[in-house]
Amino acid sequence: MAGDKGIYTKRDDGRKFDEIREMSAEVGIVDSADGSASFNTGHTKAIAVVRGPRTLHPQHMQNPRKGILRVSYGMMPFSVTDRIRPGPNRRSEEISKVTEWALNSVVDLSEYPNTVVDVFIQIPQADAGTRVAGINAAAIALAHAGIPMKEMVSAIGVGKIDKTLVVDLDKYEDSDFHDAEGSTDIPVAITSRTKNISLLQLDGKISVPEFKECVKNAKVACEEILKVQMQALKNIDGGNN
Amino acid sequence: MASEKVIPTLQKNRILEYLSEGKRFDSRTPEQYRDLKVEMGVSKNAESSVKISLGKTQVLVGVKLGLATPYPDSPAEGTFMVSAEMHPMASPNYEMGRPGINAIELSRVTDRGIRESGLIDVKKLCIREGEKVWQVFVDIVALNDDGNMFDAASIGALIALGNAKLPKYNEAEDKIEFELTDTPLPLDKDVLSFSMTFHKIGDKIVADVGLEEEAISDFRLTIAMGDNGGEPRITAMQKGKAGVITDSDMETILNLASDTWKEKFPQIKKYAFG
Repeated sequence: MAGDKGIYTKRDDGRKFDEIREMSAEVGIVDSADGSASFNTGHTKAIAVVRGPRTLHPQHMQNPRKGILRVSYGMMPFSVTDRIRPGPNRRSEEISKVTEWALNSVVDLSEYPNTVVDVFIQIPQADAGTRVAGINAAAIALAHAGIPMKEMVSAIGVGKIDKTLVVDLDKYEDSDFHDAEGSTDIPVAITSRTKNISLLQLDGKISVPEFKECVKNAKVACEEILKVQMQALKNIDGGNN
Repeated sequence: MASEKVIPTLQKNRILEYLSEGKRFDSRTPEQYRDLKVEMGVSKNAESSVKISLGKTQVLVGVKLGLATPYPDSPAEGTFMVSAEMHPMASPNYEMGRPGINAIELSRVTDRGIRESGLIDVKKLCIREGEKVWQVFVDIVALNDDGNMFDAASIGALIALGNAKLPKYNEAEDKIEFELTDTPLPLDKDVLSFSMTFHKIGDKIVADVGLEEEAISDFRLTIAMGDNGGEPRITAMQKGKAGVITDSDMETILNLASDTWKEKFPQIKKYAFG
């Protein structure tokens, strides 16, 4: 019965419920950087630039045992319909930190004491899922920069619209759907080899079995994303970099 | 503030040596610009957006419209603001934090070039006199700094403004519904002017500098020029850095600027207005 299935029986953009948006990735988009990549999902575009390892200033922040990963995430003022004031804000500061944690679990900076590796993530165009697109771009850029990595990491937004589990929420699903049980948004990052969770946030209402199902969905989706990331990295040799 | 690239003396000497023979590292002549590449549509959520490449220098420029209360001294005029972010993404020489002097100067020089030329018809941006006007935001984001951000930003701002459409204004609810109309941003196309930046390096005047050239120059002079019956007319200037301009420097720069303007104006006008 429709009552059991809830009211979200068809996605606004016609995708299947577990279907991710069209993805593309490109490596080497910023010439002066040590590593750089773009990652696009549907209308969401992310750019990541890696600079380092380089000496960290001020000196008291240095770690003599290993290098430090420092992430800065930001949305460009014209990336959304209501202009965002340039510069950091509470949202971007938090996303920078959770992204940093998500990436820190896969990099190994023990060979680079007293240094910092900076990851700059910028969003030129947003249609939900910007933090996960940013992580996907950043993982590629870190690999491009030759930063030692234990494994890759891929990220996706999964969740629930009313009673229906979905993968890769767009802006309508993430922000504009408020009927019945509303929208539950769960950004998840999965490490490529060990299949662990390195980013997890959630807001909405969801049962424990449904949440477990969402994590499973995220793992399946991240396999697809990993392929796009690896392909982009393989293209470096044949491309113009 | 480590905002300037440091160039080893050896490299500096080599640049000067090359220039004395009329050559540059990338095989350009001193007065030659790098190729201009224009890609529209960086963000579908902007009223207009463009990616500008001058060689390897890349900037993104977006135009957004908002609603504002007019200033008391000009109650029937829309307002206009240029902001520039020289994000550390774009260069190892940029730092995090509040916009530094370089970003402030960049946005102010770009702002002045547009404001003083009268390109934006601010009177047509009035919705209700004394109460409600359109506010035009031009946001410049540096993506890769390989020298001459000034010209890339200025050209990007003009092209973005030229292609901007007004969004829908819902008068009943007094808010913008982001759906672009066919109405272009009101502009006075006749006054379009764009800026060209020249640096003095050794005893040569050099156009469209790369990063290393920029770092060793004595001064830079940015000149914005518009069209006055087919002849260039100066609309804005800014001298930067501590060197001084001699009469012969000025003569050389004005000639170069006039020639460059004649060569580039039709192309830039076409990008801006189709």
